[in-house]
Amino acid sequence: MKDEYSNKPVIIGAIAVAVLFIYIVRLFILQMFETQYHESATSNVLRLMVQYPNRGLIYDRNNNLLVHNEAVYDVIVIPRQVKEFDTAEFCKILGIDKDYVQKQLIATRRYSRLKPSIFLKQISSYENALFVEKNYKFPGFYTQTRAIRKYPEHNSAHLLGYVGEVSDQIIKQDTSYKSGDYIGINGLERAYEHLLRGQKGVEIFLVDVHNRIKGRFKEGKYDKPAIPGLDIQISIDANLQNYGEQLMRNKLGAIIAVEPSSGEILCMVSAPSFDPNLLSGRERTSNYRMLELDSLKPLFNRALQAQYPPGSTFKLINALVGQQVNVLNPNTTYSCFGGYTVGRFHLGCHSHPSPLRLIESIAMSCNTYYCHVYRNILDHQGQINFRKNFMAWASMVKSFGLGDKLGLDFPFELPGFIPDTSFYDRRFGNKRWVSLNIISNSIGQGEILTTPLQMANMACAIANRGYYYIPHFIKKIENQDHIPEKYTTPIHTKIDPKYFPIVIEGMFQAVNGGAGSTARVARVDGLDICGKTGTAQNPHGKDHSIFIAFAPKDNPKIAVAVYVENAGFGATWSAPIASLIIERYLKGEISPSRKYLEDRILQANLIDGKASGI
Amino acid sequence: MEKRQVSNILESLDWITVGLYLLLVLMGWLNVYAAVYNEDYHSIFDISQRYGKQMLWILAAVLLIIIILLIDVKIYVFFSYFIYGFVILLLLLVLTLGVEVNASKSWFEIAGIRIQPAEFSKVATILALANYLSDPNRRLLQLKTLLTTLIIIAIPMGLILLQNDTGTAIVFVSLIFMLYREGLPGWILFLGFMAIVVSVLALTKPFIVPMAVIVIIALIYAYSISKQKDDVKHFSLGFFTIIGIFVGIKYLFSLSILLEWIVMGVILASLPLLVYYAFLKRGAKMLIIWVISISFILFSYSIDYFYDNFLQPHQKDRIDHVLGINFDPQGAGYNVHQSKIAIGSGGFWGKGFLQGTQTKFDFVPEQSTDFIFCTIGEEWGFVGSTTVIMLFLALLIRIIILAERQRSHFSRIYGYGVFSILFFHVAINIGMTIGITPVIGIPLPFFSYGGSSLWAFTILLFIFLRLDANRRFLVK
Ligand SMILES: [Zn+2]
Repeated sequence: MKDEYSNKPVIIGAIAVAVLFIYIVRLFILQMFETQYHESATSNVLRLMVQYPNRGLIYDRNNNLLVHNEAVYDVIVIPRQVKEFDTAEFCKILGIDKDYVQKQLIATRRYSRLKPSIFLKQISSYENALFVEKNYKFPGFYTQTRAIRKYPEHNSAHLLGYVGEVSDQIIKQDTSYKSGDYIGINGLERAYEHLLRGQKGVEIFLVDVHNRIKGRFKEGKYDKPAIPGLDIQISIDANLQNYGEQLMRNKLGAIIAVEPSSGEILCMVSAPSFDPNLLSGRERTSNYRMLELDSLKPLFNRALQAQYPPGSTFKLINALVGQQVNVLNPNTTYSCFGGYTVGRFHLGCHSHPSPLRLIESIAMSCNTYYCHVYRNILDHQGQINFRKNFMAWASMVKSFGLGDKLGLDFPFELPGFIPDTSFYDRRFGNKRWVSLNIISNSIGQGEILTTPLQMANMACAIANRGYYYIPHFIKKIENQDHIPEKYTTPIHTKIDPKYFPIVIEGMFQAVNGGAGSTARVARVDGLDICGKTGTAQNPHGKDHSIFIAFAPKDNPKIAVAVYVENAGFGATWSAPIASLIIERYLKGEISPSRKYLEDRILQANLIDGKASGI
Repeated sequence: MEKRQVSNILESLDWITVGLYLLLVLMGWLNVYAAVYNEDYHSIFDISQRYGKQMLWILAAVLLIIIILLIDVKIYVFFSYFIYGFVILLLLLVLTLGVEVNASKSWFEIAGIRIQPAEFSKVATILALANYLSDPNRRLLQLKTLLTTLIIIAIPMGLILLQNDTGTAIVFVSLIFMLYREGLPGWILFLGFMAIVVSVLALTKPFIVPMAVIVIIALIYAYSISKQKDDVKHFSLGFFTIIGIFVGIKYLFSLSILLEWIVMGVILASLPLLVYYAFLKRGAKMLIIWVISISFILFSYSIDYFYDNFLQPHQKDRIDHVLGINFDPQGAGYNVHQSKIAIGSGGFWGKGFLQGTQTKFDFVPEQSTDFIFCTIGEEWGFVGSTTVIMLFLALLIRIIILAERQRSHFSRIYGYGVFSILFFHVAINIGMTIGITPVIGIPLPFFSYGGSSLWAFTILLFIFLRLDANRRFLVK
């Protein structure tokens, strides 16, 4: 027994000695013979230059470049290596004053004597050339290439978003970002940050005491090239987008157009807007503050974040739900004499021929008709089923993508609002409300709130006769064959497709019908535009003008929602804008007979006297 | 406790080990200071910085030492299963109640202090094993004893793997040294050693894992059924020696040989030999085992091939996500390159205390924790790093000497457990900073920043010293 175990401690000890001896030999080779690793304060210094990747480019659906990169240079300082230098010449080259130099030297030294920090951000390539030539005079300083974003079209700021330095908060959450890195902060730059950003690399140089680069460390063996970000193609049509931006100049509101057969967003305009280049480059912070203080809120993306009542456009939904629950058919007829009256309750209507059937009720947008329809939807099986009917109505409404975020590939979308029973229980008391209390929902003026995006999507669902694709911007990602499945899977509404044609006919008549039709101004020969006007009541001022439309009537190619704030009735401003967008997209130009309309829109200033957007 | 007893403990305490311990801990503190040195907070006592905090951990460790030494040795024996059970419970709880740090869900956060139960599970497991194996009626090579032993090791290991903390889980493999001392045959130690090497490689070369496991299981089974045990023994020794030599060459001299192909080659080349054994010596059973294992190997290899060549990037991402594989965002080997540059730049004498530049630029990640050895190498040079290695070696040898002088088996087994854990940590941690072993996130004992690891190693070592102070008496 004793013998069997006696040599085991020795063997175990020997293994430990052997392993650690190998380590010492390895250390000896590493530290004594691989001399390229050596450095000291007096001889060569290793300088690790971070290689920032080129951010991915963004193209529109016709391969027009929307965003590209422009090289700028950061001046870097390593405080410990700074020696006396000619401050006057230094300032002259970089266009800064001595106070700035003093201030920055103290600040960077405070941060660290040894670590490189940014001394001056984003000098031009011309300044950089001057500086590099004289660099030997300024030990401790060097320049490093960065790229900033340039937006050649000078518009579409909300759509493209902007890029800025990453915040401390994000660095804490995601360790792959380091202080000084750029990150997409809003818009597509933010939505596709993960694809666009690329990966940083590093190049290691040997630098002598005179601050001259002597060569690459170990012939670049340990360098790691930056991997550029992926390019993306988005569904936006740049021509249409630019045109939309022009139409909305001097107005408040939004245009959003979507291709119904795919959910691809063709244009997204929010007005007032600004030049996205303002938020790229050295002046970003001060420009941002200026935009933030602007009373017209140019930073607010109305297309996805403004939540308005849908107004009369919502009658389309009630017409569909009414048919689905069998309280309405194409021959249902109601009379209207200036409004809907029950006891002391009265809801007004404009003047139009009477009585009306379903098609005319849409074409002429009769309020009375929809008060009847809505009450029938809620009360059709007696008072007992009221709550059940209400919930069924809400659920069918929500199946059009209303009341929830649609989940498009864009940040900061808002959900809108579709009230539920608990909301009204809180307002009126538990179960103490009936259909008459919430009758405004019949004409889209109640508690319902929708965003322009949701309205455009609703138009898509109607255009497709009962389904939609989640609206999205992404069309193609470099090196990838597919876009995410969620954008290519149709979502069906809870309305049977057979109920759509009559409603669509109503929308067609609204634009192309005879006297009494509400949107004849939107008519374009040969385009078969179907549309619906709306007016969102605005407690703070003049009402907002709304128009949703799609065209052509069969195999629709474009659906659009237009909102113009404080512009009154939908037919006045929104309908012509929507028709111009559709015409421009489908025909490529505006026909001569409609030029007057285009001029009227382009010249209109609806901001009247308010401080203008940039 | 009476005064006489206290003075007895102090008298019989092994002061050489205590001295080595204090030296290592203090050097560790200085290097943490150097690694995260911040000019705005000059003082090494500034508790807003890591070095100040490390000082607090050290002071707490001293307090722990006093408590450990005052506790009666019998308590450690008597409560060993209870402690083991308690730690297992903590490991289970941390899976649900723990907070996630760096993708591992292995920390409890109590009043702002993070505790990692996995660190303490090492002590508990060794205590339980010492108690179990020191029973005079048990022989390690009995099947039941061996299986129970493996289960005692496997439970904490598995739970730690579930926490996504592969590094700490692998540490348990090192207990093979302890088992070797307690009766495991030498050739199994050799196989175990190879298993460590191969499974460590498996972290960077995923497909080797199933392969290694299959080969080892096949060998063990072949051994158990074979009448010519020596043949199997010799064959496996030869087999793994060849692989071992290639692995050694590859990692010591950084040759870019395709390891997989060599392993595959050796396995295929051995096939005729096996056929010979199967037909001439033992019959079909052996052959069947080898055919099955080789087809498994080919299967696992084909999965790898399929994965690399036929899957779309997003499908790969999905699989990686499911399997919990994280890729190195900086690119493979980047950290090791940085670490080698830092150590190499130290030269013979080093750059001097606080004079390191590579380590201060944050070029080397995890500077104060897993890569603390870089700071030693850069600032203290070859002289300093060799000194640290020699100090560890002295400690390890001293532990073997102490273990061998124990009267009670419990203390000896525990001592070898301490040796195994410390040796594994030192070897892997230093090995990864100089590019010999792959990057496994385990701390350098006594050096790396962090309360949990310092306390766990302190408890591990000082329970042993307490047992040793009682060496003249049987504890069990
Ligand atoms: Zn009417």
